[in-house]
Amino acid sequence: MNYINAIRIAVNALKRNKFRAFLTMLGIIIGIASVIAMLAIGQGSKKSIQDEMSEMGTNMIFIMPGDGRPGGIRFSRSEMQSMKLEDVEAIRKSCDAVSAVSPVVNASGQVVKGNNNWPTSVYGVNNEYLGIRKYKIASGRNFSDREIKTYAKVCLIGQTIIDNLFPDGESPIGAVIRFDGIPFKVIGVLQEKGENGMGQDQDDLMIAPYTAIQKRVLAITHIQSIFASAASEELNDKAIEQISEAIRTTHKIRTEEEDDFSVRSQSEIVQTFSSISDIMTVLLGAIASISLLVGGIGIMNIMYVSVTERTREIGLRLSVGGREKDILTQFLIESVLLSVFGGLIGIVFGVLASRGVGSLLGWPVAISTTAIGLAFLVCSAIGIFFGWYPARKAAGLNPIDALRYE
Amino acid sequence: MGNTLIQVKGLKKDFHIGEITVHALRGIDLAIEEGEFIAIMGASGSGKSTMLNILGCLDKPSEGSYLLDGVNIGEQNKDELARLRNNKLGFVFQSYNLLPRTTALENVELPLFYNPKVSTKERRERARAALDAVGLADRMHHMPNQLSGGQQQRVAIARSLVNDPRVILADEATGNLDTRTSYEIMALLQDLNDQGKTIIFVTHEADIARFMKRSVIFKDGHIIRKDAVKNRANALELLEALPVENDEI
Repeated sequence: MNYINAIRIAVNALKRNKFRAFLTMLGIIIGIASVIAMLAIGQGSKKSIQDEMSEMGTNMIFIMPGDGRPGGIRFSRSEMQSMKLEDVEAIRKSCDAVSAVSPVVNASGQVVKGNNNWPTSVYGVNNEYLGIRKYKIASGRNFSDREIKTYAKVCLIGQTIIDNLFPDGESPIGAVIRFDGIPFKVIGVLQEKGENGMGQDQDDLMIAPYTAIQKRVLAITHIQSIFASAASEELNDKAIEQISEAIRTTHKIRTEEEDDFSVRSQSEIVQTFSSISDIMTVLLGAIASISLLVGGIGIMNIMYVSVTERTREIGLRLSVGGREKDILTQFLIESVLLSVFGGLIGIVFGVLASRGVGSLLGWPVAISTTAIGLAFLVCSAIGIFFGWYPARKAAGLNPIDALRYE
Repeated sequence: MGNTLIQVKGLKKDFHIGEITVHALRGIDLAIEEGEFIAIMGASGSGKSTMLNILGCLDKPSEGSYLLDGVNIGEQNKDELARLRNNKLGFVFQSYNLLPRTTALENVELPLFYNPKVSTKERRERARAALDAVGLADRMHHMPNQLSGGQQQRVAIARSLVNDPRVILADEATGNLDTRTSYEIMALLQDLNDQGKTIIFVTHEADIARFMKRSVIFKDGHIIRKDAVKNRANALELLEALPVENDEI
């Protein structure tokens, strides 16, 4: 018997029970559709996190004080006063893998302009900070070295602050706004960046020279953290090494002692988030796979019932010259056809469902062709795997008994 | 007469059910020539069904030899037996055994699906010709449940003819039919036999056996009588003699 005949026989057999064939396929349809939709959602969230993170700059490195306990009292990181401007200078001097570095001091408070006010954060930084954080100036200018030296009360503001303090649409450049009662002159406006991967508004900030914030707002001489930029993404690890070395030297840490600071890079965080959404993808996929498995068992169940029900047919086929192999092939093809057709319909539904989730709920979805190809392979495999036992049973029937089966 | 088509010598068949051994056939000698129309008769348990299974290459003898058209069946493996069934034998069953929800034409085509030498076109043509031969040319696209019992059995006969077999094996082929329809089927088989087909017909009804040329009677695994049928009946004549009934549509 050639395979075209075998397929024809199997198709004819399935046609005789269209509704049952459809119900059998339904398990696979739902299984494959949910696997594809779940993977699309998982992959989509991973991709959007990665995209947003890299928008923030993948070669960004930040250095924070570690939690130490000078004199036996435990301090939180933000209360630690171990970071100094000398650390920034040391990084600038000795780390050739670092292209930009900025001290950071920040404060939260109410910013006021006329009748309008808004709670926000101010970041005291140097003029390299914008480059490190990938902020761009929409209008106006960045502050100068001279303004840093002179503790100038100038600032750049993000779009959220403009929306709240300048509701009438007048230009904020040149205006004076008050942060905790201290007047700052707006010299620049930042380009809008939107929310980051964690839902934080990246436009709700005010940027000013660190000297001004240290002296006039916080009245401190230390700095709270350091932001730096590696010369390229590939140099991230080298830059982290050099920075650690530089700060250990300025902090006079002996080789056996642990760091009193920590250095993290943006790419590490991207990896962390990616791996979280990888876990989510695997979980979602695993749950969906269970329904696929149930679908496969459904096929096995129906094929098994079908073999029993069609015992006389099998007997007849054997008596008119069908070989065991022919019967085995027929039933295997039937189950593979069921699962493959179910799989194809499932792929269509999966893609539609993913698109639906994307457009109705606004979730990021990414339908990967590998997932679709994999789904197709999996359902063919399911057809063979779950069809094998019933087909084996059919082929093993004794023609005499099968013909007389009631 | 003609050539010897079937040669059975010292054939025995034992079944082992648990510890008990059942001797279904205890030494059968039988020669069937081409063009014969032979009745295998006997009560239940006489071994006639076992004999038919072996003649039909569905089962192998425990002892003795069975030559079909010169091929020793005892030496063939399962696949070779399947090919023999496909090429040399046609089966007609008591309960027709048609595939449900499948047209008469497709039912008749079935044996040819298992013959790789037959093309799709040839398969269709031969199935049409076979249905034509049993007088069902106008019922080709009917499903079995749209056909009467007699018509279903005709489809089954067409199916047994479609591969142009050397022997047609009928197992109580009229067992589910009324007298009139039985005679019609017998008339068809007599006609086929007149055209040269060898037919082996298992039955327990003497009334049916008288349409054949020879009868072999089984009892307890032995052949107890082999007779030529005296006063062989002609089914067509008997049909005409039957009172007219309105049970056929």
